[in-house]
Amino acid sequence: MLEIKNLHARIVDDGTEIIRGLNLTVKAGEVAAIMGPNGSGKSTLSYILAGREDYEVTEGDILYNGQSILEMDPAERATSGIFLAFQYPMEIPGVATMEFLKVAMNEQRKARGEEPLKIPEFLKRVKEAAASLSMDMAMLKRPLNVGFSGGEKKRAEILQMKLLEPKLCVLDETDSGLDIDALKIVSDGVNALRAPDRAFLVITHYQRLLEHIVPDTVHVLYKGQVIKSGDKSLALDLEANGYAGVIGEAA
Amino acid sequence: MNMHTQPQRTPAETALIDAFGDRLSLLPGDGAVMLKRDDAIETIKHGLPTRRVESWHYTDLRRLLNTVPDFDPAAMAKAIAPIVDGSTVASILNGKSDAKVPAPEGVSFQRLSEKLIDGSAAAGLDPYGSDDAIGALNTAFVADGYFVDIADGVELEKPVELQNLQAGGQTHVRLAVRVGAGAKAVIVERQTGDGAALGSSVSQLVLGEGAEVTWLIVQEQPETATHLAQFKAHIGKNAKLTLFVMNAGGRLVRQEIMVRTTGEGADFKLRGINLLAGDTHTDVTMVLDHAVPHTTSTEVIRNVVTGKARGVFQGRINVHQYAQKTNAKMACNTLLLSDDGEFSTKPELEIFADDVICGHGATVTEIDHNHLFYLMARGVDEKSARGLLVKAFVAEVIEELDDEAIVEALEARLDDWFAAHG
Repeated sequence: MLEIKNLHARIVDDGTEIIRGLNLTVKAGEVAAIMGPNGSGKSTLSYILAGREDYEVTEGDILYNGQSILEMDPAERATSGIFLAFQYPMEIPGVATMEFLKVAMNEQRKARGEEPLKIPEFLKRVKEAAASLSMDMAMLKRPLNVGFSGGEKKRAEILQMKLLEPKLCVLDETDSGLDIDALKIVSDGVNALRAPDRAFLVITHYQRLLEHIVPDTVHVLYKGQVIKSGDKSLALDLEANGYAGVIGEAA
Repeated sequence: MNMHTQPQRTPAETALIDAFGDRLSLLPGDGAVMLKRDDAIETIKHGLPTRRVESWHYTDLRRLLNTVPDFDPAAMAKAIAPIVDGSTVASILNGKSDAKVPAPEGVSFQRLSEKLIDGSAAAGLDPYGSDDAIGALNTAFVADGYFVDIADGVELEKPVELQNLQAGGQTHVRLAVRVGAGAKAVIVERQTGDGAALGSSVSQLVLGEGAEVTWLIVQEQPETATHLAQFKAHIGKNAKLTLFVMNAGGRLVRQEIMVRTTGEGADFKLRGINLLAGDTHTDVTMVLDHAVPHTTSTEVIRNVVTGKARGVFQGRINVHQYAQKTNAKMACNTLLLSDDGEFSTKPELEIFADDVICGHGATVTEIDHNHLFYLMARGVDEKSARGLLVKAFVAEVIEELDDEAIVEALEARLDDWFAAHG
């Protein structure tokens, strides 16, 4: 489903190269965990997948279902099924959450050649998804993410993911800022979406999240490259011994 | 006004002076009113204000007012649906009030023409300071409008909508409203039409002790009309006034706001949105006097500038010598969406008391790229995402009004503007 080939990318503003020859393949149905120390390029990778303009790909390619996505803008990538759950979801005052959800869901439908959702059906879906994440509908009456706590923002991201039904879900440090109860709710939400035709890229710092969202593969990112790949035992190994050993091995 | 002699009258000045001569016999008023009219036309004979007059620096009326339409007695304006269903509607069609307005209990409507004839409206016709061109124009020509009285203690469930509707020519109207002690009301001042009119409109509001009023000015003139307006209010002890101004049209617009706190505990909120498009000029000029101790105010103005539009906000807060413990905050934020548009902001604080909190801030920004990325990452195409964010920038001010019916009504007006100018 996702194939990243010898990817090099830099920050547009100052030319700093962050991704330096990254290779990664994720199959449909797979949950791939990306781990790595601070500054290894994890969040940058998620932004590049989503199409953020602050980064420029200088070499290599990203293939999604066999097609290069490098020329697609963030909206085109999203409607083709790529979803990024942000590490720090933006607060957007003045944009009503419900209106935003309706617009976003209908953009997905438009891309698939479907009619816009009728209001009662839209409300039903939002209510169900919110209930499954223990979210209060009153929250959704507020402007997008405004005044949400860190945990509420993360839940709102998963709510959007549920409603938009993407095929490739990129979760950028979804566990940061979550207490143990919220972590469980969010993880359950993600696990409920696991499907044979859907892949996950779970970016995290800690093994903790992976106890709840059990990965099929684990990849260690360091200085913009995948330096080691393995199964879930690799994450346990990292938890016990830190990154130093793996980094030393690669060097 | 300008004490120096103008070299030559502009066609607009000549047209106004000639029109006054022609209209004089038709204008209602007792001796006192007619004397005020004479004084007012003298002011206009001295010349319309230019950029050399400080308060008109960004709106050179003499240069910008280049044509004055004739009065058009045949113009037919039609009443329109109020912005909030079930409102009490009082219309002024092409400058003429309605003899019968069905009033809810505790509210009375009187035609302003009657109050001009019996002279009881004379005192309100005095100019505001020496540069009061809009006041002078209105005093010279005002023929009608409404006087509305909301009795003490009356709490209105539905808004009162005062509609000033033009279909071309000239209209000069006045809306005088007294809100009694402890009364609560929402008043909508609707300024619109479909002609290339020149209009002046002066609103005067007096709030009794503890009264609470939300006054919404919804200005949606066509891009051919000149709209010169004033809103003057006195806020009594413990009374609260929220003034919301929405400018979403007009070729040449100046909305002046003169507010004075007259009793301790008075609170004033100004919220304004200016939606500017085309080759137009829109000016909002406020003078707020904190005239007694312990009064508060906040002013938030949001502007969206597109096309070749030019906008102005002048906000002047005077804190009088004895007005200790005044708390005033003013902000003016502009979203500049075109290279040819411009917006000028001039905040002024004049403080004669020493124990006060006063602040102001102004920003000019473009769309936040982080926000744009977030919306696009959810599949919203760039054009729609920009539209959502621009609307959000102004909707934020509307949502603060905290009254669902009003918020919905104003957002509908907003949607209309974006549909026409998006």
